[in-house]
Amino acid sequence: MAIDFAAIAPELVLTATAIVVLLVDLVLTGGAKQLVNPLAGIGALVAIGFTLPLWGDDRSTFGGTFVVNDYAVVLKLIFLVSLLAILGISWRYFAESRFFQGEYYFLLLVSFIGMLIMPSARDLLLLFVALETVSIPGFVMAGLRKRDLYSSEAAIKFFLIGVLSVALMLFGISMMYGFTGTTSLSGIAQELGQWGSSPPPLLLASLLLIIVGFGFKISAVPFHFWAPDTYAGSPIPVAAMLAVASKTAGFAGLIAVTFIAFEPFAEVWAPALGVLAIFTMSLGNLVALQQRDMVRLLAWSSVAQAGYMLIPFGLAASGAADVNEAAVQATVFYIAAYTLPNIGAFGVLVAVNRRSGYRSIEDFAGLGARHPFMAMAMTTFLLSLGGAPPTVGLWAKFAIVQAGARAGDTFAYVLLFFLIINSVIAFFYYLKVVWVMWMTEPRDGMEPVTPGVNLSLVTAALVFGTVLLFLLPGLISDATAATDLVAGLS
Amino acid sequence: MTLIGPLVLAAFLFCVGLYGVMARRNAVLVLMSVELMLNAVNINLVAFQNLKWQDDPVATGQVFALFVVVVAAAEVGVGLAIVFNMFRNRASINIDDADLMRW
Repeated sequence: MAIDFAAIAPELVLTATAIVVLLVDLVLTGGAKQLVNPLAGIGALVAIGFTLPLWGDDRSTFGGTFVVNDYAVVLKLIFLVSLLAILGISWRYFAESRFFQGEYYFLLLVSFIGMLIMPSARDLLLLFVALETVSIPGFVMAGLRKRDLYSSEAAIKFFLIGVLSVALMLFGISMMYGFTGTTSLSGIAQELGQWGSSPPPLLLASLLLIIVGFGFKISAVPFHFWAPDTYAGSPIPVAAMLAVASKTAGFAGLIAVTFIAFEPFAEVWAPALGVLAIFTMSLGNLVALQQRDMVRLLAWSSVAQAGYMLIPFGLAASGAADVNEAAVQATVFYIAAYTLPNIGAFGVLVAVNRRSGYRSIEDFAGLGARHPFMAMAMTTFLLSLGGAPPTVGLWAKFAIVQAGARAGDTFAYVLLFFLIINSVIAFFYYLKVVWVMWMTEPRDGMEPVTPGVNLSLVTAALVFGTVLLFLLPGLISDATAATDLVAGLS
Repeated sequence: MTLIGPLVLAAFLFCVGLYGVMARRNAVLVLMSVELMLNAVNINLVAFQNLKWQDDPVATGQVFALFVVVVAAAEVGVGLAIVFNMFRNRASINIDDADLMRW
Protein backbone atom coordinates (compact mmCIF):
# COMPACT_ATOMS: atom_id res chain seq x y z
CA MET A 1 0.00 0.00 0.00
CA ALA A 2 1.62 3.19 -1.19
CA ILE A 3 1.37 6.23 1.06
CA ASP A 4 0.40 9.51 -0.57
CA PHE A 5 3.00 11.75 1.05
CA ALA A 6 1.68 14.92 -0.60
CA ALA A 7 -1.64 14.41 1.18
CA ILE A 8 -0.05 14.21 4.63
CA ALA A 9 2.68 16.81 3.97
CA PRO A 10 1.17 19.54 6.23
CA GLU A 11 1.03 17.15 9.18
CA LEU A 12 4.57 15.94 8.49
CA VAL A 13 5.86 19.53 8.36
CA LEU A 14 4.27 20.39 11.71
CA THR A 15 5.65 17.18 13.25
CA ALA A 16 9.16 18.04 12.08
CA THR A 17 8.74 21.61 13.36
CA ALA A 18 7.59 20.38 16.77
CA ILE A 19 10.67 18.18 17.13
CA VAL A 20 13.02 20.93 15.92
CA VAL A 21 11.43 23.38 18.37
CA LEU A 22 11.99 21.01 21.27
CA LEU A 23 15.63 20.40 20.29
CA VAL A 24 16.43 24.08 19.63
CA ASP A 25 14.98 24.97 23.02
CA LEU A 26 17.59 22.70 24.61
CA VAL A 27 20.44 24.57 22.92
CA LEU A 28 19.26 28.14 23.49
CA THR A 29 19.59 29.77 26.89
CA GLY A 30 18.10 32.79 28.65
CA GLY A 31 16.47 35.47 26.51
CA ALA A 32 17.38 33.67 23.28
CA LYS A 33 14.82 30.98 24.07
CA GLN A 34 12.06 33.18 22.65
CA LEU A 35 13.49 32.54 19.16
CA VAL A 36 11.62 29.21 19.09
CA ASN A 37 8.46 31.26 18.49
CA PRO A 38 9.45 32.53 15.00
CA LEU A 39 10.78 29.05 14.28
CA ALA A 40 7.33 27.59 14.97
CA GLY A 41 5.82 30.38 12.86
CA ILE A 42 8.05 29.44 9.91
CA GLY A 43 6.92 25.83 10.30
CA ALA A 44 3.28 26.94 10.17
CA LEU A 45 3.95 29.02 7.03
CA VAL A 46 5.65 26.05 5.32
CA ALA A 47 2.69 23.87 6.28
CA ILE A 48 0.34 26.44 4.67
CA GLY A 49 2.56 26.27 1.58
CA PHE A 50 2.05 22.50 1.45
CA THR A 51 -1.70 22.77 2.11
CA LEU A 52 -2.60 25.28 -0.63
CA PRO A 53 -1.59 23.03 -3.61
CA LEU A 54 -3.97 20.37 -2.29
CA TRP A 55 -6.94 22.63 -3.15
CA GLY A 56 -9.12 21.02 -5.81
CA ASP A 57 -7.57 17.58 -5.34
CA ASP A 58 -9.43 14.58 -4.06
CA ARG A 59 -6.82 12.41 -2.41
CA SER A 60 -7.25 9.38 -0.24
CA THR A 61 -4.57 7.36 1.50
CA PHE A 62 -4.07 4.79 4.29
CA GLY A 63 -6.78 2.60 2.83
CA GLY A 64 -9.34 5.41 2.64
CA THR A 65 -9.09 6.40 6.31
CA PHE A 66 -7.34 9.69 5.49
CA VAL A 67 -9.05 11.85 2.87
CA VAL A 68 -7.97 15.27 1.62
CA ASN A 69 -10.70 17.14 -0.24
CA ASP A 70 -11.66 20.81 -0.40
CA TYR A 71 -13.55 20.63 2.88
CA ALA A 72 -10.45 19.31 4.66
CA VAL A 73 -8.22 21.92 3.01
CA VAL A 74 -10.47 24.79 4.13
CA LEU A 75 -10.45 23.59 7.74
CA LYS A 76 -6.69 22.95 7.67
CA LEU A 77 -6.13 26.51 6.48
CA ILE A 78 -8.36 27.82 9.29
CA PHE A 79 -6.28 25.83 11.80
CA LEU A 80 -2.94 27.00 10.40
CA VAL A 81 -3.99 30.66 10.30
CA SER A 82 -5.19 30.44 13.89
CA LEU A 83 -1.87 28.77 14.79
CA LEU A 84 -0.02 31.78 13.35
CA ALA A 85 -2.28 34.21 15.22
CA ILE A 86 -1.89 32.31 18.51
CA LEU A 87 1.89 32.24 18.08
CA GLY A 88 1.73 36.00 17.58
CA ILE A 89 -0.16 36.68 20.80
CA SER A 90 1.99 34.16 22.72
CA TRP A 91 5.41 35.63 21.95
CA ARG A 92 5.82 38.43 24.47
CA TYR A 93 3.48 36.80 26.99
CA PHE A 94 5.70 33.75 27.34
CA ALA A 95 9.02 35.52 26.67
CA GLU A 96 8.51 37.89 29.61
CA SER A 97 7.23 35.38 32.09
CA ARG A 98 10.03 33.02 30.97
CA PHE A 99 8.42 29.74 31.86
CA PHE A 100 8.65 26.56 29.80
CA GLN A 101 8.78 28.30 26.43
CA GLY A 102 10.14 25.39 24.40
CA GLU A 103 7.72 22.96 26.02
CA TYR A 104 4.79 25.30 25.41
CA TYR A 105 5.49 25.70 21.69
CA PHE A 106 6.14 21.95 21.33
CA LEU A 107 2.80 21.11 22.98
CA LEU A 108 1.00 23.75 20.92
CA LEU A 109 2.36 22.33 17.67
CA VAL A 110 1.53 18.74 18.66
CA SER A 111 -2.02 19.81 19.49
CA PHE A 112 -2.33 21.40 16.05
CA ILE A 113 -1.09 18.20 14.36
CA GLY A 114 -4.13 16.45 15.83
CA MET A 115 -6.36 19.26 14.58
CA LEU A 116 -4.99 19.00 11.03
CA ILE A 117 -5.75 15.25 11.03
CA MET A 118 -9.30 15.76 12.31
CA PRO A 119 -11.07 17.03 9.15
CA SER A 120 -9.33 14.37 7.04
CA ALA A 121 -10.15 11.39 9.25
CA ARG A 122 -12.76 9.02 7.81
CA ASP A 123 -12.43 6.28 10.43
CA LEU A 124 -13.51 6.27 14.09
CA LEU A 125 -10.07 5.01 15.11
CA LEU A 126 -8.28 7.92 13.41
CA LEU A 127 -10.85 10.39 14.77
CA PHE A 128 -10.24 9.08 18.30
CA VAL A 129 -6.44 9.32 17.95
CA ALA A 130 -6.72 12.83 16.48
CA LEU A 131 -9.04 13.93 19.30
CA GLU A 132 -6.59 12.69 21.92
CA THR A 133 -3.66 14.33 20.11
CA VAL A 134 -5.56 17.61 20.42
CA SER A 135 -6.59 17.07 24.05
CA ILE A 136 -3.59 15.63 25.89
CA PRO A 137 -1.19 18.53 25.13
CA GLY A 138 -4.12 20.82 26.05
CA PHE A 139 -4.29 19.32 29.57
CA VAL A 140 -0.61 20.11 30.10
CA MET A 141 -0.84 23.60 28.57
CA ALA A 142 -3.78 24.51 30.85
CA GLY A 143 -1.60 23.72 33.86
CA LEU A 144 1.56 25.30 32.50
CA ARG A 145 1.88 27.84 35.34
CA LYS A 146 2.85 25.14 37.80
CA ARG A 147 2.96 27.27 40.94
CA ASP A 148 -0.35 28.98 40.25
CA LEU A 149 -3.35 27.56 42.13
CA TYR A 150 -5.77 28.70 39.43
CA SER A 151 -3.74 27.09 36.68
CA SER A 152 -3.49 23.73 38.41
CA GLU A 153 -7.22 23.83 39.15
CA ALA A 154 -7.93 24.61 35.48
CA ALA A 155 -5.77 21.65 34.46
CA ILE A 156 -7.40 19.15 36.80
CA LYS A 157 -10.94 20.16 35.83
CA PHE A 158 -10.13 20.04 32.13
CA PHE A 159 -8.35 16.70 32.51
CA LEU A 160 -11.04 14.89 34.50
CA ILE A 161 -13.82 16.07 32.18
CA GLY A 162 -11.68 15.27 29.14
CA VAL A 163 -10.92 11.66 30.10
CA LEU A 164 -14.51 11.05 31.21
CA SER A 165 -15.87 12.28 27.87
CA VAL A 166 -13.38 10.13 25.96
CA ALA A 167 -14.36 7.06 28.00
CA LEU A 168 -18.05 7.67 27.22
CA MET A 169 -17.29 8.17 23.54
CA LEU A 170 -15.15 5.01 23.37
CA PHE A 171 -17.92 2.93 24.91
CA GLY A 172 -20.24 4.24 22.22
CA ILE A 173 -17.66 3.42 19.55
CA SER A 174 -17.21 -0.14 20.87
CA MET A 175 -20.99 -0.73 20.76
CA MET A 176 -21.14 0.78 17.29
CA TYR A 177 -18.40 -1.61 16.18
CA GLY A 178 -20.39 -4.50 17.63
CA PHE A 179 -23.46 -3.50 15.63
CA THR A 180 -21.77 -2.71 12.32
CA GLY A 181 -18.50 -4.67 12.27
CA THR A 182 -16.55 -1.71 10.93
CA THR A 183 -15.09 1.58 12.11
CA SER A 184 -14.95 3.32 8.73
CA LEU A 185 -17.45 6.18 8.60
CA SER A 186 -18.90 5.34 5.18
CA GLY A 187 -19.06 1.65 6.14
CA ILE A 188 -21.05 2.55 9.26
CA ALA A 189 -23.41 4.68 7.13
CA GLN A 190 -24.05 1.70 4.84
CA GLU A 191 -24.71 -0.68 7.72
CA LEU A 192 -26.95 1.78 9.56
CA GLY A 193 -29.00 2.30 6.40
CA GLN A 194 -30.07 -1.35 6.58
CA TRP A 195 -31.71 -0.95 10.00
CA GLY A 196 -34.44 1.15 8.44
CA SER A 197 -36.90 2.97 10.64
CA SER A 198 -36.78 0.69 13.70
CA PRO A 199 -33.24 0.70 15.07
CA PRO A 200 -32.64 -1.07 18.40
CA PRO A 201 -32.45 1.35 21.37
CA LEU A 202 -28.91 0.23 22.20
CA LEU A 203 -27.75 1.36 18.74
CA LEU A 204 -29.26 4.80 19.32
CA ALA A 205 -27.65 4.94 22.77
CA SER A 206 -24.21 4.25 21.34
CA LEU A 207 -24.80 6.88 18.65
CA LEU A 208 -25.69 9.45 21.30
CA LEU A 209 -22.68 8.46 23.46
CA ILE A 210 -20.35 9.21 20.54
CA ILE A 211 -22.03 12.60 19.99
CA VAL A 212 -21.78 13.38 23.73
CA GLY A 213 -18.02 12.77 23.56
CA PHE A 214 -17.70 15.52 20.96
CA GLY A 215 -20.22 17.65 22.88
CA PHE A 216 -17.69 18.02 25.70
CA LYS A 217 -15.02 19.10 23.23
CA ILE A 218 -17.19 21.87 21.75
CA SER A 219 -18.49 22.81 25.25
CA ALA A 220 -22.18 22.48 24.40
CA VAL A 221 -24.61 22.79 27.31
CA PRO A 222 -24.90 20.59 29.47
CA PHE A 223 -21.27 19.54 28.89
CA HIS A 224 -19.89 23.08 29.13
CA PHE A 225 -19.16 23.57 32.84
CA TRP A 226 -15.41 22.93 32.54
CA ALA A 227 -14.93 25.64 29.92
CA PRO A 228 -15.15 28.92 31.90
CA ASP A 229 -13.00 27.63 34.77
CA THR A 230 -10.41 26.16 32.44
CA TYR A 231 -10.19 29.28 30.28
CA ALA A 232 -9.95 31.55 33.32
CA GLY A 233 -7.18 29.52 34.96
CA SER A 234 -5.04 28.84 31.90
CA PRO A 235 -2.48 31.27 30.49
CA ILE A 236 -4.46 33.61 28.18
CA PRO A 237 -2.95 32.42 24.83
CA VAL A 238 -3.83 28.84 25.87
CA ALA A 239 -7.40 29.98 26.58
CA ALA A 240 -7.49 31.46 23.07
CA MET A 241 -6.29 28.14 21.65
CA LEU A 242 -8.93 26.18 23.60
CA ALA A 243 -11.73 28.59 22.71
CA VAL A 244 -10.97 28.70 19.00
CA ALA A 245 -8.82 25.92 17.59
CA SER A 246 -9.71 23.09 19.94
CA LYS A 247 -13.42 23.90 19.58
CA THR A 248 -13.11 23.96 15.78
CA ALA A 249 -11.44 20.54 15.92
CA GLY A 250 -14.38 19.24 17.95
CA PHE A 251 -16.77 20.59 15.31
CA ALA A 252 -14.74 18.98 12.51
CA GLY A 253 -15.05 15.61 14.28
CA LEU A 254 -18.75 16.15 14.99
CA ILE A 255 -19.42 17.01 11.33
CA ALA A 256 -17.60 13.85 10.23
CA VAL A 257 -19.49 11.47 12.52
CA THR A 258 -22.93 13.04 12.14
CA PHE A 259 -23.09 14.02 8.48
CA ILE A 260 -21.16 11.01 7.13
CA ALA A 261 -21.48 8.05 9.48
CA PHE A 262 -24.85 8.67 11.18
CA GLU A 263 -26.53 10.33 8.21
CA PRO A 264 -29.22 7.58 7.92
CA PHE A 265 -30.35 8.38 11.47
CA ALA A 266 -30.48 12.17 11.07
CA GLU A 267 -34.09 12.10 12.33
CA VAL A 268 -32.71 11.01 15.71
CA TRP A 269 -29.70 13.24 16.24
CA ALA A 270 -30.76 16.38 14.39
CA PRO A 271 -33.58 17.35 16.82
CA ALA A 272 -31.36 16.41 19.78
CA LEU A 273 -28.53 18.66 18.58
CA GLY A 274 -31.02 21.39 17.69
CA VAL A 275 -32.37 21.43 21.25
CA LEU A 276 -28.79 21.43 22.56
CA ALA A 277 -28.11 24.43 20.31
CA ILE A 278 -31.03 26.35 21.86
CA PHE A 279 -29.89 25.58 25.42
CA THR A 280 -26.24 26.28 24.61
CA MET A 281 -26.73 29.73 23.13
CA SER A 282 -29.37 30.81 25.66
CA LEU A 283 -27.46 29.72 28.76
CA GLY A 284 -24.13 30.96 27.39
CA ASN A 285 -25.51 34.41 26.70
CA LEU A 286 -27.51 34.74 29.93
CA VAL A 287 -24.55 33.80 32.12
CA ALA A 288 -22.16 35.96 30.09
CA LEU A 289 -24.36 38.95 30.96
CA GLN A 290 -23.35 38.68 34.60
CA GLN A 291 -19.60 38.24 34.22
CA ARG A 292 -17.12 40.77 35.54
CA ASP A 293 -13.93 38.95 34.51
CA MET A 294 -13.08 39.51 30.86
CA VAL A 295 -11.74 35.96 30.29
CA ARG A 296 -14.88 34.44 31.76
CA LEU A 297 -17.01 36.76 29.64
CA LEU A 298 -15.20 35.55 26.51
CA ALA A 299 -15.49 31.95 27.75
CA TRP A 300 -19.26 32.15 28.16
CA SER A 301 -19.51 34.02 24.88
CA SER A 302 -17.62 31.15 23.22
CA VAL A 303 -20.13 28.71 24.77
CA ALA A 304 -22.90 30.78 23.18
CA GLN A 305 -21.05 30.85 19.85
CA ALA A 306 -20.86 27.04 19.94
CA GLY A 307 -24.65 27.14 20.20
CA TYR A 308 -24.90 29.20 17.01
CA MET A 309 -22.57 26.75 15.26
CA LEU A 310 -24.76 23.84 16.38
CA ILE A 311 -27.90 25.30 14.74
CA PRO A 312 -27.10 23.88 11.26
CA PHE A 313 -26.80 20.41 12.82
CA GLY A 314 -30.42 20.72 13.91
CA LEU A 315 -31.46 21.29 10.29
CA ALA A 316 -30.05 18.04 8.93
CA ALA A 317 -32.32 15.39 7.44
CA SER A 318 -31.39 11.96 6.15
CA GLY A 319 -31.40 11.68 2.38
CA ALA A 320 -31.72 15.44 1.82
CA ALA A 321 -28.23 15.99 0.43
CA ASP A 322 -28.75 19.65 -0.48
CA VAL A 323 -30.00 20.64 2.99
CA ASN A 324 -27.12 18.78 4.67
CA GLU A 325 -24.66 20.39 2.27
CA ALA A 326 -25.98 23.86 3.11
CA ALA A 327 -25.84 23.04 6.84
CA VAL A 328 -22.18 21.94 6.73
CA GLN A 329 -21.23 24.98 4.67
CA ALA A 330 -22.96 27.32 7.13
CA THR A 331 -21.10 25.75 10.05
CA VAL A 332 -17.72 25.95 8.31
CA PHE A 333 -18.35 29.56 7.28
CA TYR A 334 -19.36 30.46 10.84
CA ILE A 335 -16.22 28.78 12.22
CA ALA A 336 -14.02 30.70 9.79
CA ALA A 337 -15.74 33.98 10.66
CA TYR A 338 -15.52 33.29 14.41
CA THR A 339 -11.81 32.41 14.43
CA LEU A 340 -10.37 35.83 13.56
CA PRO A 341 -12.28 38.09 16.02
CA ASN A 342 -12.11 35.63 18.90
CA ILE A 343 -8.33 35.21 18.75
CA GLY A 344 -8.14 38.98 18.33
CA ALA A 345 -10.21 39.61 21.47
CA PHE A 346 -7.88 37.36 23.45
CA GLY A 347 -4.94 39.19 21.88
CA VAL A 348 -6.17 42.57 23.14
CA LEU A 349 -6.71 40.96 26.53
CA VAL A 350 -3.06 39.81 26.50
CA ALA A 351 -1.99 43.36 25.68
CA VAL A 352 -3.95 44.80 28.61
CA ASN A 353 -3.11 41.99 31.00
CA ARG A 354 0.56 41.27 30.24
CA ARG A 355 2.35 43.72 32.53
CA SER A 356 -0.42 44.68 34.90
CA GLY A 357 -2.39 41.50 35.45
CA TYR A 358 -5.59 43.44 34.70
CA ARG A 359 -8.43 41.19 33.62
CA SER A 360 -11.77 42.51 34.87
CA ILE A 361 -14.08 44.62 32.72
CA GLU A 362 -13.48 47.71 34.91
CA ASP A 363 -9.80 47.49 34.01
CA PHE A 364 -10.80 48.30 30.43
CA ALA A 365 -12.15 51.68 31.58
CA GLY A 366 -10.91 54.49 29.39
CA LEU A 367 -8.95 52.19 27.10
CA GLY A 368 -10.11 54.43 24.25
CA ALA A 369 -8.07 57.28 25.76
CA ARG A 370 -5.16 55.18 27.05
CA HIS A 371 -4.55 53.17 23.88
CA PRO A 372 -6.95 54.08 21.06
CA PHE A 373 -5.69 51.42 18.65
CA MET A 374 -6.30 48.52 21.06
CA ALA A 375 -9.72 49.92 22.00
CA MET A 376 -10.62 50.25 18.32
CA ALA A 377 -9.46 46.68 17.67
CA MET A 378 -11.42 45.31 20.64
CA THR A 379 -14.53 47.17 19.44
CA THR A 380 -14.21 45.59 15.99
CA PHE A 381 -13.77 42.12 17.42
CA LEU A 382 -16.70 42.40 19.82
CA LEU A 383 -18.96 43.76 17.08
CA SER A 384 -17.96 40.84 14.89
CA LEU A 385 -18.67 38.31 17.66
CA GLY A 386 -22.07 39.95 18.10
CA GLY A 387 -22.71 39.98 14.35
CA ALA A 388 -22.87 43.70 13.54
CA PRO A 389 -21.51 45.51 10.48
CA PRO A 390 -18.86 46.37 9.38
CA THR A 391 -17.50 42.95 10.32
CA VAL A 392 -17.62 39.41 9.00
CA GLY A 393 -19.78 38.30 11.94
CA LEU A 394 -22.83 39.71 10.15
CA TRP A 395 -22.39 37.37 7.16
CA ALA A 396 -21.76 34.44 9.50
CA LYS A 397 -25.19 34.91 11.05
CA PHE A 398 -26.65 35.32 7.55
CA ALA A 399 -25.09 32.02 6.46
CA ILE A 400 -26.92 30.21 9.26
CA VAL A 401 -30.22 31.97 8.46
CA GLN A 402 -29.77 31.00 4.81
CA ALA A 403 -29.21 27.34 5.71
CA GLY A 404 -32.30 27.47 7.96
CA ALA A 405 -34.41 28.91 5.15
CA ARG A 406 -33.16 26.13 2.87
CA ALA A 407 -34.40 23.51 5.34
CA GLY A 408 -37.64 25.45 5.71
CA ASP A 409 -39.50 23.34 8.30
CA THR A 410 -41.06 24.55 11.55
CA PHE A 411 -38.14 23.42 13.72
CA ALA A 412 -35.74 25.40 11.50
CA TYR A 413 -37.76 28.58 12.10
CA VAL A 414 -37.84 27.91 15.86
CA LEU A 415 -34.04 27.63 15.79
CA LEU A 416 -33.70 30.86 13.80
CA PHE A 417 -36.06 32.61 16.23
CA PHE A 418 -33.74 31.67 19.12
CA LEU A 419 -30.72 32.73 17.04
CA ILE A 420 -32.16 36.23 16.63
CA ILE A 421 -33.26 36.56 20.29
CA ASN A 422 -29.82 35.49 21.43
CA SER A 423 -28.02 37.80 19.04
CA VAL A 424 -29.88 40.68 20.70
CA ILE A 425 -29.04 39.47 24.22
CA ALA A 426 -25.38 39.07 23.24
CA PHE A 427 -25.15 42.72 22.23
CA PHE A 428 -25.88 43.76 25.83
CA TYR A 429 -22.62 42.39 27.14
CA TYR A 430 -20.50 43.02 24.05
CA LEU A 431 -21.61 46.65 23.96
CA LYS A 432 -21.17 46.98 27.73
CA VAL A 433 -17.45 46.37 27.23
CA VAL A 434 -17.39 48.83 24.33
CA TRP A 435 -19.16 51.41 26.51
CA VAL A 436 -16.67 50.89 29.36
CA MET A 437 -13.75 51.30 26.95
CA TRP A 438 -14.88 54.53 25.29
CA MET A 439 -17.28 56.26 27.69
CA THR A 440 -15.79 55.86 31.16
CA GLU A 441 -12.80 57.56 32.75
CA PRO A 442 -9.74 55.45 33.60
CA ARG A 443 -8.91 55.04 37.28
CA ASP A 444 -5.98 57.03 38.64
CA GLY A 445 -2.59 55.39 38.44
CA MET A 446 -3.44 52.68 35.95
CA GLU A 447 -0.55 50.88 34.32
CA PRO A 448 0.07 51.95 30.71
CA VAL A 449 -0.88 49.49 27.95
CA THR A 450 2.28 48.40 26.13
CA PRO A 451 1.37 45.75 23.58
CA GLY A 452 4.73 45.60 21.81
CA VAL A 453 5.36 45.31 18.08
CA ASN A 454 4.36 41.68 17.48
CA LEU A 455 1.07 41.87 19.27
CA SER A 456 0.19 45.16 17.54
CA LEU A 457 0.94 43.63 14.14
CA VAL A 458 -1.10 40.50 14.83
CA THR A 459 -4.01 42.56 16.17
CA ALA A 460 -3.87 44.88 13.15
CA ALA A 461 -3.85 41.87 10.81
CA LEU A 462 -6.86 40.36 12.57
CA VAL A 463 -8.77 43.67 12.45
CA PHE A 464 -7.91 43.95 8.77
CA GLY A 465 -9.09 40.37 8.15
CA THR A 466 -12.33 40.90 10.07
CA VAL A 467 -13.22 44.03 8.07
CA LEU A 468 -11.89 42.71 4.74
CA LEU A 469 -14.08 39.63 4.97
CA PHE A 470 -17.07 41.92 5.57
CA LEU A 471 -16.32 43.70 2.29
CA LEU A 472 -15.39 40.53 0.41
CA PRO A 473 -17.15 37.59 2.11
CA GLY A 474 -16.69 35.68 -1.15
CA LEU A 475 -13.08 35.02 -0.12
CA ILE A 476 -14.25 32.32 2.27
CA SER A 477 -17.85 31.72 1.20
CA ASP A 478 -16.73 30.69 -2.29
CA ALA A 479 -14.28 28.31 -0.70
CA THR A 480 -16.83 26.84 1.73
CA ALA A 481 -19.44 26.63 -1.04
CA ALA A 482 -17.01 24.54 -3.09
CA THR A 483 -16.56 22.00 -0.32
CA ASP A 484 -18.79 19.07 -1.11
CA LEU A 485 -18.39 17.01 2.02
CA VAL A 486 -21.67 15.18 1.72
CA ALA A 487 -21.57 14.71 -2.03
CA GLY A 488 -17.96 13.53 -1.83
CA LEU A 489 -18.98 10.77 0.55
CA SER A 490 -17.58 7.21 0.41
CA MET B 1 -18.40 -19.17 23.96
CA THR B 2 -21.34 -16.84 23.71
CA LEU B 3 -21.17 -13.09 23.41
CA ILE B 4 -23.43 -12.40 26.38
CA GLY B 5 -20.87 -13.14 29.11
CA PRO B 6 -18.19 -10.65 28.06
CA LEU B 7 -20.80 -8.02 27.27
CA VAL B 8 -22.41 -8.25 30.71
CA LEU B 9 -18.97 -8.06 32.32
CA ALA B 10 -18.11 -5.00 30.23
CA ALA B 11 -21.40 -3.26 31.02
CA PHE B 12 -20.89 -3.99 34.73
CA LEU B 13 -17.32 -2.65 34.69
CA PHE B 14 -18.47 0.45 32.82
CA CYS B 15 -21.19 1.15 35.38
CA VAL B 16 -18.79 0.61 38.29
CA GLY B 17 -16.37 3.04 36.68
CA LEU B 18 -19.08 5.63 36.03
CA TYR B 19 -20.27 5.33 39.65
CA GLY B 20 -16.69 5.76 40.84
CA VAL B 21 -16.26 8.94 38.80
CA MET B 22 -19.46 10.38 40.27
CA ALA B 23 -19.00 9.26 43.88
CA ARG B 24 -15.26 9.42 44.58
CA ARG B 25 -13.70 12.70 45.65
CA ASN B 26 -10.10 11.52 45.56
CA ALA B 27 -8.54 12.48 42.22
CA VAL B 28 -6.45 9.28 41.99
CA LEU B 29 -9.51 7.10 42.59
CA VAL B 30 -11.44 9.06 39.93
CA LEU B 31 -8.56 8.34 37.56
CA MET B 32 -8.75 4.63 38.42
CA SER B 33 -12.50 4.63 37.78
CA VAL B 34 -11.93 6.12 34.33
CA GLU B 35 -9.45 3.32 33.67
CA LEU B 36 -12.16 0.79 34.60
CA MET B 37 -14.42 2.37 31.99
CA LEU B 38 -11.68 2.14 29.37
CA ASN B 39 -11.13 -1.53 30.23
CA ALA B 40 -14.83 -2.16 29.71
CA VAL B 41 -14.39 -0.67 26.25
CA ASN B 42 -11.48 -3.02 25.57
CA ILE B 43 -13.45 -6.08 26.65
CA ASN B 44 -16.28 -5.01 24.36
CA LEU B 45 -13.99 -4.49 21.38
CA VAL B 46 -12.11 -7.78 21.77
CA ALA B 47 -15.29 -9.77 22.44
CA PHE B 48 -17.06 -8.38 19.39
CA GLN B 49 -14.00 -9.06 17.26
CA ASN B 50 -13.54 -12.67 18.39
CA LEU B 51 -17.14 -13.79 18.77
CA LYS B 52 -19.10 -11.82 16.20
CA TRP B 53 -16.84 -10.44 13.45
CA GLN B 54 -14.24 -13.24 13.19
CA ASP B 55 -13.85 -12.94 9.41
CA ASP B 56 -12.62 -9.33 9.55
CA PRO B 57 -9.21 -9.57 7.78
CA VAL B 58 -7.64 -6.58 9.58
CA ALA B 59 -8.88 -7.48 13.09
CA THR B 60 -10.30 -3.98 13.64
CA GLY B 61 -11.52 -4.62 17.18
CA GLN B 62 -8.23 -5.91 18.53
CA VAL B 63 -6.22 -3.17 16.84
CA PHE B 64 -8.60 -0.59 18.28
CA ALA B 65 -8.14 -2.12 21.74
CA LEU B 66 -4.36 -1.73 21.38
CA PHE B 67 -4.80 1.95 20.53
CA VAL B 68 -7.08 2.42 23.53
CA VAL B 69 -4.43 0.86 25.81
CA VAL B 70 -1.70 3.16 24.46
CA VAL B 71 -3.79 6.32 24.68
CA ALA B 72 -4.98 5.40 28.19
CA ALA B 73 -1.35 5.06 29.26
CA ALA B 74 -0.58 8.52 27.87
CA GLU B 75 -3.63 9.96 29.64
CA VAL B 76 -2.64 8.45 32.99
CA GLY B 77 0.91 9.75 32.59
CA VAL B 78 -0.33 13.30 32.09
CA GLY B 79 -3.09 12.90 34.66
CA LEU B 80 -0.85 11.75 37.48
CA ALA B 81 1.47 14.67 36.77
CA ILE B 82 -1.48 17.09 37.01
CA VAL B 83 -2.72 15.48 40.24
CA PHE B 84 0.81 15.56 41.67
CA ASN B 85 1.13 19.23 40.80
CA MET B 86 -2.18 19.95 42.50
CA PHE B 87 -0.97 18.09 45.59
CA ARG B 88 2.21 20.17 45.72
CA ASN B 89 0.22 23.40 45.45
CA ARG B 90 -2.49 22.76 48.01
CA ALA B 91 -1.49 19.56 49.88
CA SER B 92 -4.74 17.85 48.94
CA ILE B 93 -5.99 15.71 46.08
CA ASN B 94 -9.65 16.04 47.00
CA ILE B 95 -11.33 17.38 43.87
CA ASP B 96 -13.93 19.22 45.96
CA ASP B 97 -11.10 21.42 47.24
CA ALA B 98 -10.49 22.70 43.72
CA ASP B 99 -13.18 25.36 44.05
CA LEU B 100 -11.38 28.67 43.58
CA MET B 101 -13.39 29.39 40.45
CA ARG B 102 -17.16 29.27 40.26
CA TRP B 103 -19.53 30.64 37.64
